[in-house]
Amino acid sequence: MTPEEVVVAIKDIIQTIAPDEEVDGLDMNERLRDQIELDSMDFLDIVMELRKLYGVQVPEEDYKELGTLQGCVDYLGPKLADKELHCASRA
Amino acid sequence: MIDLPRVVITGIGLTSPNGNSLAEYRKNLLAGVSGVQPYEIRYFGKTLAGICDFDALRYQKRKEVRRGTRAGSIAVFCANETLADAGIDLETRDRNRVGIYIGTTEHGNVETEAEVFNISQYGYDCSYWSHHHNPRTVANNPAGEVTLNLGIGGPAYCLGGACAAGNLGLIQGMQMLQLGQVDLALAGGVSESIHTFGIFASFNAQGALATHADPTKASRPFDTARNGIVVAEGGALYTLERLDDALARGARIYGEVVGHSVNSDATDFVLPDSDGQNRCMRLALESAGIEPGEIDVLSTHATSTPSGDTVECRAVREVFGDEPRVHVNNTKSFIGHAMGAAGALELAGNLPSFEDGVVHATINVDDLDPECDLRGLVLNEPRRIGEVEHVMNMSFGMLGINSAVVVKKYHRG
Repeated sequence: MTPEEVVVAIKDIIQTIAPDEEVDGLDMNERLRDQIELDSMDFLDIVMELRKLYGVQVPEEDYKELGTLQGCVDYLGPKLADKELHCASRA
Repeated sequence: MIDLPRVVITGIGLTSPNGNSLAEYRKNLLAGVSGVQPYEIRYFGKTLAGICDFDALRYQKRKEVRRGTRAGSIAVFCANETLADAGIDLETRDRNRVGIYIGTTEHGNVETEAEVFNISQYGYDCSYWSHHHNPRTVANNPAGEVTLNLGIGGPAYCLGGACAAGNLGLIQGMQMLQLGQVDLALAGGVSESIHTFGIFASFNAQGALATHADPTKASRPFDTARNGIVVAEGGALYTLERLDDALARGARIYGEVVGHSVNSDATDFVLPDSDGQNRCMRLALESAGIEPGEIDVLSTHATSTPSGDTVECRAVREVFGDEPRVHVNNTKSFIGHAMGAAGALELAGNLPSFEDGVVHATINVDDLDPECDLRGLVLNEPRRIGEVEHVMNMSFGMLGINSAVVVKKYHRG
């Protein structure tokens, strides 16, 4: 998965978890929770979807790395490099 | 006798397999329209069920529907609808003085089965078990979802009462108003039971699940060929107020809850008991201060099982005998058994009789079982009987719980 595809993957997961939110225009560097309505339960859903779709385990101490889309790319990029993009919302 | 405040019904919000408002539901009850359809569920396979088609997104965001439960969505829909029907805007109310009392037959089976299936897709690795499981399965989930949706800060909880639960919600709401604990109560029952395969499998194992080539004929209480229960989902919540409060705001009054009772058979896990049901009905009549012959519409619990209907008919015959004024009907013949919602829905469908003087029928009786041949049974076609003064609604459940509610027509002035 390329960094661009990591963004697609994360946006797709967010869209599944928060279907009322608009994800297309999300800023890469602004905190996700400041842009859309996401609470701690949603965040746990994101981690669960990463585990289910890509087999990626995110330990609790690393949750802070997923605060922005750019943070997701930086943290998840290496973990997803050899994974195929799945789109959960279209699965 | 303690002099308690009088409590009246001023709003009704419901979703039933054959209607998403009281008007639609009543119209279909009078027209003989069933809500039972073919249905298929994980593991169990093809069966029949009473299925609701209300629009959950009318009052919830998509995320709320995803995060919550079906019972929660049903409760939220019914709560919003009952308040709208009552003409109450919570903006003008102290939300901390509003209570929510919802009867449920069971809660949590649907969500637990779904999670077990979910982890089965991942080699039963519990790290795939959802963090949503606990808030979805706690016994107060449906009531709690209503508080979140409407910002209600008063006492809100569910009452587990097997299939007697719909009446329990109503009774609890009434009592909280009488005790002055709340100023407004949203009370009744909900059921999401068609989404758990276990309830179908268990009734089937018990030999108590209905089958019929025509789904609309499968639920047939009192018919000789009845062969079991059709499981249904649904909900009904009443807006309850003290009479003085309702009058002060000029509310429309559907009826006054004048009597109720809850008791236990203490005889069997599953089998009902005529004596317990008999005592329950007599206690409700006593609390209403009326004689059996003063009931105009008797809404039975009968679930279409061979033994259950017979036992109930024996109890009804013992209590009501040949009283000429009593008319007997059954709602499950239209919608199946809506479990925790059954009592609440079945009462709701009969309340319009106060206005139109018509008793809806028990449908699907092609060959009346002689043991169920009650005097006053309204078979297959609604009957116009004129003035209706009292409706009695009965609901019974496993482990021998019985409940009955008596509602009286309210006369202004």
